[in-house]
Amino acid sequence: MSRANDSWFNRRGWRDTIITAPYLWLVLFFLIPFIIVIVMSFAKTATQSPPFAFLPDWPYVRFETYERLFTNSVYIRAGLISIYNAAIATVLCLLIGYPMALSITRANKSMQRLLLMLIILPFWTSFLLRVYAWIGLMGRNSWFNKWLTSAYNVLVPGNWELPAIQMMNTNFAVVLVMVYSYLPFMVLPLYANLEKLDTTLNEAAMDLGSRRWQVFRDVTLPLSIPGIIAGGLLVFIPAMGELIIPSLVGNASDPMIGRVIQQEFGQNRDWPMASAVAVALLLMLVVPLIVYNHFEAKAQAGAKS
Amino acid sequence: MAESEPSPSQGDFIRIEGVTKNFGTFKAVDNVSLNIGKGELFALLGGSGCGKTTLLRMLAGFETPTAGRIFIDGQDMEGVPAYDRPVNMMFQSYALFPHMTVAANVGYGLKHEDMSPARRQDRVKEMLAMVQLSHLADRKPHQLSGGQRQRVALARSLAKLPKLLLLDEPLGALDKKLREHTQFEIANIQYKLGITFVVVTHDQEEAMTLASRIAVMDRGIIRQIGAPSDIYENPNSRFVADFIGSINMVEADVVRVDGETVEVSAGQLGAHVKVLAHGWSPGERASLAFRPEKVTISRKKPAGAVNVLKGKVQDFGYFGKDSLYRIKLPTGHVLSVNAVNAERVAAEKAVATWEDEVYLTVSPASAMLFRSEA
Repeated sequence: MSRANDSWFNRRGWRDTIITAPYLWLVLFFLIPFIIVIVMSFAKTATQSPPFAFLPDWPYVRFETYERLFTNSVYIRAGLISIYNAAIATVLCLLIGYPMALSITRANKSMQRLLLMLIILPFWTSFLLRVYAWIGLMGRNSWFNKWLTSAYNVLVPGNWELPAIQMMNTNFAVVLVMVYSYLPFMVLPLYANLEKLDTTLNEAAMDLGSRRWQVFRDVTLPLSIPGIIAGGLLVFIPAMGELIIPSLVGNASDPMIGRVIQQEFGQNRDWPMASAVAVALLLMLVVPLIVYNHFEAKAQAGAKS
Repeated sequence: MAESEPSPSQGDFIRIEGVTKNFGTFKAVDNVSLNIGKGELFALLGGSGCGKTTLLRMLAGFETPTAGRIFIDGQDMEGVPAYDRPVNMMFQSYALFPHMTVAANVGYGLKHEDMSPARRQDRVKEMLAMVQLSHLADRKPHQLSGGQRQRVALARSLAKLPKLLLLDEPLGALDKKLREHTQFEIANIQYKLGITFVVVTHDQEEAMTLASRIAVMDRGIIRQIGAPSDIYENPNSRFVADFIGSINMVEADVVRVDGETVEVSAGQLGAHVKVLAHGWSPGERASLAFRPEKVTISRKKPAGAVNVLKGKVQDFGYFGKDSLYRIKLPTGHVLSVNAVNAERVAAEKAVATWEDEVYLTVSPASAMLFRSEA
C-alpha cells in the first residue's frame, strides 16, 4: 500500500464515516420521521396525547383514512388545486426564468456576478415580509391595484368596468406570489446549466445555416433540458406543499393540500388523517421522480453501450 | 498542363482587401490583403495571438472587419451573416452536437438545403463513407475516439459542399501517428472535392505538408506568402527564418561587398563569412543565418573550401536517420548542425563524437543575411 493511502483522511474508516454521514442524516431526520407518519396514518384519532391510538385487536391498523382520501371531495379537490397551482407557477417561472438565465450567461463576467446577486438579493429579507408586501400591493386600495384597475378599465367596454380588481384571497394571488417567491429556484439551476454550454456549438449551428432561433431550438434548448428539469422540480415540489402563501393570500374555500394537512393536524386534531394526506402528497411527488430517474438511467445506459 | 488536373490557380477566388480588426485598442488583424485561388489549400501560419484565427472567423462571418472588405467568389461578404455564407468551418474543438448522433450531426446543415429526405440521407451516407465512419452513424459523439470525432467534424463541414472550407487547427488535438495519417487524408479529400481549403495552424510542419501556399502571420500582419519550400529556403525576414524550422543566427557586420558576394564579420563565430546576397554595403549591421542541415561537418579540414569554422563537439543526439550535433566554437558560441546518417556504420565510426575536433563548412549560397528588426 502506498504511503498516501496511509494518511488519516484516506484510511478506510474515515472514508466510510464521511460517506455514511449524509445517509445517517437522511435516516434520522427523514426516513424515521416518515415511517412514523406512515404508521400514524393507519391509526385512529383518540382523546389522549398524542391524539391517536391503534385498534385494540388484530389487525391493529385501519385503512379508513385512505378511504376518506379517495372518497371525500375535500382531499381530491385540494390535491387537484395544488397540482394546478404548482404546475401553472412552474410553467410561468420557466417562461420568465429562462430568458433571464440565458441573458445572464450572455452578459460579461462582472455583470453576471451583479445580476446573480440581484437574483439572490430578495432572500436577504424575510420571506413572510415579502408575502406581506404583496398583500399590501394586492389590496383593493393599494396604488398597484388602482393602477391595474384603471389599465383594465381602459381595455374593456364600459359596462365591464370595475371599482377595483379582487386579487386578495384568490388562486391568482397564490400563483402570483408563488411565481415571485420561487423564481430564483428556477433561474439558478438554469443559469448553472446554460453557463456550461459551449458557445462554439451555437457558432457551429449558425455556420451550418441556422438562424438564431433555429440555433436556440436545435442546440440550446435540447441541451438545457437537465436545467429545465432541475429548476422545474425545485419550483414544483415546494409549490405543491406550499402552506404559507395560500394561507395568507389564498381563498380558504379553495385550499391547497398543505393547508389541508395543517387543518387536520391543528383544528381537527385528526393526526391519522393529516398523516395520510402527507403520505399521499409525498407519493404524488416521488413517484413521477422515480419514473423519470428510471428512464434517465436507462437512456444513459443505452447511450454508453 | 492537362485540363483534367485541378491545378491550384493563383487567382482571386477569395479576395481579402485591406482588412483590419480591432478589439478595443488591440489590433488583432492589421490591414491584411490576400488572394486565394480556387481549389487551393492555403495555410495561415503563426503563433498564438498573431491574428490568424480572427482572420478565419471574419471569413466565416463570426467577426466583422473594422475596415476592409472580403470577397468570396466575387461576392462581397459585408453584411452577409454566417448562416448565409457559402463557407463552412471545422472547429478546433470540433463542436459536435453532443445530443445528436453522428448521422444527425453530419446531416444538420442539410436541413436548410432544398433537398429531399432521401437525397439528404444519401449525402450523409456518402460523407460518412468518405471519412470511413459509416459503421458509427448511430453513435453519439461521446462514444467516439478523438480521431473519429475529428472525422465526423470534417464530414459535417463538407456535407453542404461549401465553396470554401475553413479548418481551425484541424490536427491540433490528435496524437503524432494519427496526425500524419489524417494530414494526408485531408489533402486527399481536398484534391478529390476541389473545394478551397483555408487552414489555420501554429504548427509549421502541419502547414508545410498540407498547404500549397502558406501565409506567415505575426502580430496582425502577413510577413510572407509563398510555397512551403519558398518560405523555408528563401525567408524574406529574420522573423520568418527564425519562425520556420531551426536556424543558427548570429549578429554580423558587413565588411566587404564584391559583386554578389558579401563578406561579413561575425564576432560570435570569430570569423569572416562569405554570403551570396545583394543590396548590402560595407558597415551595415546584419543577422547572419544558416540552417543546421546546410552545414557540412568533417573531421579533416576540407581543402579549398570557404567559410570553414573549427569547433568541438559539445553534445550530439542520434535520431536514426540523422544526428544533431551541438558544436562549440572557440569563441564559446554553440552552433547546431544536422548530419544525415547516410551509411550504416558503427557508432565509433560515426562522423564525430563527444570532444572531437571538427570542421564546419557553410557554402556562401546556403547562408542568408537579414536586416535586424525592431
